[in-house]
Parts: sequence; C-alpha cells; structure tokens
Amino acid sequence: MLDHLESRARHAAARLPTSAVHWAVRAVHEESEQLSVRQDVTEAPSRALDDGAMVTVIDGGQGYAATSDLSEAGLAAAFARAHALARAGAGRNVVDHSRVERSAARGQYASAVERSATTTTLPERLGWLREVCAAAGAGDARIVDRHATLWNVRCEQLHISSDGGRTEQQWEFTTPSVTATAHAGGVTQVRSSGGQYNGFCQQGGIEVLDRAGFRTEEGPRVAREVLELVSAAPCPSGAMDIILMPDQMTLQIHESIGHPLELDRILGDERNFAGTSFVTMDMFGHYQYGSALLNVSFDPGHAHEFASFAFDDEGTPAERALLIERGRLVRPLGGTLSQARARALGFELGAVATTRSAGWNRAPIDRMSNLNVEPGDQTLEQLIEATELGIVMHTNCSWSIDDSRNKFQFGCEYARMVRGGRLAEVVRNPNYRGVSATFWRSLAGVGRADTVVVGGTPFCGKGEPSQVIRVGHASPPCRFTAVDVFGGAA
Amino acid sequence: MSGGAYLAPAAFEALASALLGADASVDLTSLYLRAEDSEFLRFNQAKLRQATQVQQAYVTLAVERGKRRAESTLSLSGEPGADIQRLQQERALLISQLDLIADDPWLTAPPPRARSQRDDRGALPAAHEVVALVHELAGLRLKQDLVGFYAAGPVAHGFADSAGSRHWHRVETFNFEWCLYHRADKAVKTTYAGTHWDPAVFAQHLEEAAGRVPLLQRSALTLAPGRYRALFSPAAMGELLGTLGWSGFGLKARRTGISSLMRLERGEAALAEGFHLDEAFAQGTAPAFTAQGHLRPPRVALVDAGRLPDSGGTLNSPRSAAEYGVDANGVEAHEAPEALRLRGGDIAHGDLLQALGTGLYVSNLWYLNYSDRAACRITGMTRYACFWVENGELVAPVNVMRFDDDAFRLFGPGLLGLSDTPVFTPHNDTYGARRLGSVTTPAALVDGFALTL
Repeated sequence: MLDHLESRARHAAARLPTSAVHWAVRAVHEESEQLSVRQDVTEAPSRALDDGAMVTVIDGGQGYAATSDLSEAGLAAAFARAHALARAGAGRNVVDHSRVERSAARGQYASAVERSATTTTLPERLGWLREVCAAAGAGDARIVDRHATLWNVRCEQLHISSDGGRTEQQWEFTTPSVTATAHAGGVTQVRSSGGQYNGFCQQGGIEVLDRAGFRTEEGPRVAREVLELVSAAPCPSGAMDIILMPDQMTLQIHESIGHPLELDRILGDERNFAGTSFVTMDMFGHYQYGSALLNVSFDPGHAHEFASFAFDDEGTPAERALLIERGRLVRPLGGTLSQARARALGFELGAVATTRSAGWNRAPIDRMSNLNVEPGDQTLEQLIEATELGIVMHTNCSWSIDDSRNKFQFGCEYARMVRGGRLAEVVRNPNYRGVSATFWRSLAGVGRADTVVVGGTPFCGKGEPSQVIRVGHASPPCRFTAVDVFGGAA
Repeated sequence: MSGGAYLAPAAFEALASALLGADASVDLTSLYLRAEDSEFLRFNQAKLRQATQVQQAYVTLAVERGKRRAESTLSLSGEPGADIQRLQQERALLISQLDLIADDPWLTAPPPRARSQRDDRGALPAAHEVVALVHELAGLRLKQDLVGFYAAGPVAHGFADSAGSRHWHRVETFNFEWCLYHRADKAVKTTYAGTHWDPAVFAQHLEEAAGRVPLLQRSALTLAPGRYRALFSPAAMGELLGTLGWSGFGLKARRTGISSLMRLERGEAALAEGFHLDEAFAQGTAPAFTAQGHLRPPRVALVDAGRLPDSGGTLNSPRSAAEYGVDANGVEAHEAPEALRLRGGDIAHGDLLQALGTGLYVSNLWYLNYSDRAACRITGMTRYACFWVENGELVAPVNVMRFDDDAFRLFGPGLLGLSDTPVFTPHNDTYGARRLGSVTTPAALVDGFALTL
C-alpha cells in the first residue's frame, strides 16, 4: 500500500519554502478484524482499513499535520498546514527544534509471523471462537455469560525524512480473549483468560493462539476458576506477602515503573491530563528504585512481544537497555526530543528510542513500548515455599494510581492464599495498595526465565490529544513482602 | 481534498447515493460517518509543546441480510471517486462474508426513513492566535507555568441507509483545558469550552485562575486516613458519575449481574431522595442518532428520587433489548451514558463553602476505578487544588489522598445536599477522534468521605 508514497511525499515536500529546515512523513496502512462470539451467538464481524500520513515540518517551530489523502496534492496540503503551525510556534516552543539532532537511519523490521491470520478463513476463525465460548462453561447454569473474542491487526509503516532517513516496518498483532461470568449464592464473579482488557496480546499470527493455549486450555480454565470464585471466601485484610503472577505484574510494571519513567511526564508535558511523576531528573544514576533483585529492561527486540520494533516513530533505531539495574534507576523512557530537552536543562540521561504514536493521526510522544522485569532464579514453587502467610494474585481487574504515579491500589480477578509455604484456599475480590517509591524495595523473590510470560496491553492511554497504544510487558512472577492486602465489601 | 471534505453534508450524500442503491443481495446497506478537522495545541510552561492539525474521516459500512450483518470501518481520502470505488469493493467483500457467518438472533434493524439534522456553526480562532495569546498573556504577563491542551474545529457525524434514513450532526467547538502550576502536583485547573471563542473571556478565565494560584503557596496539609465531611466540585462529581456510568446503567451489565448498581437493581440499597439522574440527550452535544441509525429519545431516566424508575433505569442498546425482551432506548452498543445529568439541589452556589463549614473541598478527582464493583465501592485519588476548609474559609491545600468509599453510602445517607446550579461540561476525550458527549452535575456536599492512604 505504501509502495509509491515515498516519491509523492518527496515531490510534495519540495514545495515547502526553503526556510523549512526539516521535514518527515510517517505513513500508516492498517487492516484489522474483530470477531466475537458471546453466549454461542456469533456477532457481526468487524473489519477496519485505515490509511493516512502524519507530516512534520520544522521552520522556526515544529508543526504536524495528518491527512488521509495520500496523493501528492494531499500530502502537499498537509505540508502547508504543518508549516503554518511551525511558523505559529516560532520563538514560542519549549525547545528549539532546529537544534535537535535527528536520526537518518535506514532499515526494515517485520514481526516474526509463523502463520498469518490471512492464511485462515473467516469460518475457521469463527469456529475456533465458538469452540472456546462453549468450553467456557456452556451448560452450567451458574455461568451466566460467556464471551470469546479474537482481534487481529496487520500494520505497515513507512517513515521518511529530509535527512535521508527511511524506515519501513510491518507488524501483525493477535489478541485472543475469553471471559466467563458466574453467579451463585448471591455472588457474581468474572474470570478471563488474559484480563478483561486483553492482557494476552502478542505479535504474530494464529500461532499466538497456541502460545496462549487459547483453543485448548483457556475456556475450561476460565470456567473452572470462575466457579471457584463464586463459592470462595472474600480476600482477608492485613499485611502479608504477595506473589504477583505475570498477568498482574504487567499492570504493576506498567503503572508504577513505566509511566513514572516517561521522560515527557518528568518534563511536565502531561501535567494537564495523564499526570506528572514522582521521579525527577536528578534521581537517575543513583536512586534506589527497588531491591537489588529488580532489573527492568526496555527491550524492543523481545520475540513476540507486543511493542517490538526496530525504529521508533521518529525513525530512531531502538536498542535494548536496562532502565533499572540491581534496583538502581539508570535511565528514563524518552526519545530524541525529550533527551535534548533534558540535556538543555543539564541532564545527560541516556534514554531510549521510544517516541511513538497511536496512528497516523497522532503525533509521537514518549511511550513505554516493551518494558520487562528481567528473570531471577526462583521457581514458582520456591516463591511459594518462601511465603509463610501470603497470597498469590492473578490477572488485573482494577487499577488506580495518583498523578505522580506513586500511591496505587490494584485489584485482581483471582487469588489463592499461601499458608506455611503451601497454596491454600481460593479467595475473591483481592486488592492491595502501596506506594511506588517504596513498594519495589520490598521485592524479595523473582521467578526464573522459564516462568516468564509475555503479555501487555493494547490500551495504554496517554497524551493530548489522547492516544491509546500497544505496550508489551514480559515478567516472571515476583514476591513482595509485607504488603497491605484487603478484600471487597461484598 | 482530505477527510475534511466530508464535513459537508453534500459530500456524504454523494457517498450515500453511490453506495445505497437498490441491491437484491442484501436487505440493508448503511453508512455511518465520523469526520473532523481539528487543531490540537499542547502547552507546557506557557510555551508550545506540540501543534497538530488533523483532517480525518471514517465511515462504517455495513450490510445486513436476514439476521446477518458484516461491517467495515474505512478511512476516507476525501477524493470522491477513489472513496466510492474503495467502498464498493469493501461492500462486495462484506456481502460475501454474509454467506460465511451464522444468524445473529439479536440483530435489530434501525427504523426506516428516519431523519434528523443539526448543523451548528461556531466562531473559532486561528491556531496562531491561541499560541500567541497563551505565550503573551500566561507566560510573559502573568508569568504562569501553564500546561494545557486546546482542541477545536468542526466535527460531523452522519448516518444514511438504503431504507431511506438520513441523519446529520455537525458542530464546531473548542475546548481549552489548562492548569496553572504552583509546584509539584499543586495546580489550579480551568476549562474554557464553547462554540464561539472570545479572547477577552479566555483572558478573564486565565486571570481568575492566576488569582487563585497564590492560595496554593500555603503549606500543604497531609490528612490522616479517615472519614471527612467533603464538598465535591462539579468536576469531581463528573468523575464519580462517570465511574457509575462504567457498566452501572447498561442493560447487559444489569442482566448478567456485573453492574455496579446491582444492589439498587435488587432493592438492597437506595440513593438519597434528592438524587435524580438521567441521560439527557436533548441537552447534550451527542448526535440524536446512534452509529447504527437508531434514534435517541430526549431523556432516559436512570435514577428517580434515589430509586430505579419504573422503566428500569437502564441504557438499552437495540441488541441487548432484543436479547432481554425490553424496549431499546437509543444508546450505542457499549451501553454507556453520553449525556448524564444530575438534578441540582437547594444549596446556593455561593453558599457552598459555608455549607461545608469544616472539611475537605475536592476540586478534582483522578483515576477512579471500582475496588469492589458488586458493592459499588469506588477508589481514586484527589488531584490539583483540593483544600482544607474551616468555618467556610479555604485554609490550606491538601496533599493528594486515596479514597475508597461505597457510592451507595456516599450518595445515600452520606449525601447532605447538592448545589442549585448544575454545570454542563463537554467531554474532553480525544482518543482517535474528538468525542461528543457531556456531563451535567451540581456540586455535592457529603459526610464521611473515606480517605485511605
């Protein structure tokens, strides 16, 4: 789809006044399909085809303009609008954009795909969903709602710039989900395969379903566990150890490491909406974010992970880097522009290439991309055996954190108590709360490599205008000590 | 050309004429358009952080035959010939899909030959005027650390189908939200939104906000966890009501038992007698039709005098209504409110702090979620310019606190009163597109607001 765009864009850019010192075009072609079977009824299949481009112009200031008209005339009109905005901001910008050094990298990236969804038929895909939906407790009167979904996205992006940069990337994303709701004895509970907001999401084709165990294991497991929950006791309250399974670690990493380390938040850009950060620029290099067991990586090359890429949306090559090393804060999540702004303030932070946008109609900002907790050396059994009184929590269902990303409260779908180093009874409505600045220092055990699960979220919200973006989180289960745990009122 | 071309009804009608002709292979073809031409300006420290102009149009093309439907959403280039050709190709593909899918017993066609039209024009400034005004007034003259977001321009929604229905909704609006920061997380937040921009009114709002910043210079208090008498501003109430709208009123959520208002549904709990809540489409900015061409009634009662109305107090999409055997009432498939309105009470706006007496003034809340959905227990954070109040006077800003409280208690026996002047606030969401919707609510005085961390 983007084959002929480069020549049109370069011709259109040639019409810019000579005072324009930089231009770029990021064109996106995206096709997606959402399928849904609820209560064994196939809902209308929904496709989407999205084409457009964001152009950037620097002339005094910086301006962006988005257009779905990818003809030369359409791109030229977008350049003119971006140029007008660049001039409107001349002398009034937070940074002198003309002095920001930009990458002129050239290269390609493609998701590792074994079997694209395009090689399967619609009846096949719907058939799988009907099977999974039925397996999630059909015939059990206590299960009052069953819902299986499959979301597949294929995306191409071409970024070219006046510096000669040219990056071309292709992705396929697949997100399966099954959810069951049960009601018994006045209690209603919901259990899902990867969270009610699509936490099991990976790059790849239909093989993602196999990695998720979607067609074989997830329907029966969700049904079994939701029935356990409706007859379970409420989660007890008190200080105890918690073991967070990978599908809850996803949320814990996301909210209390990822967002606070976004450099644009630290620079104050998000204070009117998404919030600020308790992390300040002078903390990097020495602040003890967590215990010595905590190692956190930005890893855009992690196999199958949702936000893998070779270049960010400004064309900057992306490489793996540790953000937190043995508990010490090393570097933030910030792209070229944020790094330049920090440098202008006297901070050489050595951040990472992670300036990204939700689509062709949004300008890129600092995002967290793939943000992972590195594995330790414990088996899950060892984490449990080390816990005298504690709780194992699975799968986020409630999340809330202050605008500095410090005071948090999270809830999970499913939990089991640990007593005397052994798994005990299932409990419902488990919640815990803490403070980011101290919580990670209570990290007392980290699962080894074979306990790591690659998850993420398709729905990380941030920015003005608002942007929902794909984020990956790979993590082992982790044990934390003396956490404030509590249950629900019902 | 660009997606912005479809802000003109004639351009949409041209698509409709080309796509919606008689076709024996389907019962219905429909088009649902969302187009906008938007200026987005971000500011930090009263300087321009990011300036973006977006022209976009998307159309959802759907075909139905019997109890089967397939749909596709496409971006439009604005070049009519190319767009029509692309839509015709997509329509053929969707028709072929109808042979591959099963019947959906809950599929409900919209009423035929329905019509609605709204076309409101505004007066919006050029982007460079806003950039200059912010820089010169907030930055240079008032010397404020302004961080904010200006979004403006026309937005159009249209619906057309082969059964003769035509709906059009076009508005031109601006929404400027900004914070004037004193330091760290202490700020005065202000919104100036409307259809006709007046630089003098903007300047007045900005100067009034700047006048409140010095209050934040006082030493901040850290409250101990516990229960407090509290006054919620309309902005804070908007957050709380919005959370109730997250599954609370949807018919499917009620019938599957996951609604946060199940205790109300089962008669196990009631809200205060002065609590009257409705979905007031007629007073809002959302279109008078849904994405599938169903018409919206002027009003849907959700809570009357603290209890469910006889109609059930639910938002019923056509699909859920068919599934559960009730009447639909003009909401989208997600069954979330888009024009919530809470009736005012009898506390004069100017007497609110006196009515609070001693307690917590909550200017803003943030990041609300359910800590126990079945019990309607909501958690979240205070934000921006919350103050400790003594004898009706603002005493000191309060450091952010987490709350975790039962909404049935808070707006039941805990509700002491509502202000007499509900405030209309347009939605500020811009996820993918500028959202049309609103919440209208008074301030609320409550007792026993539970702070936890």
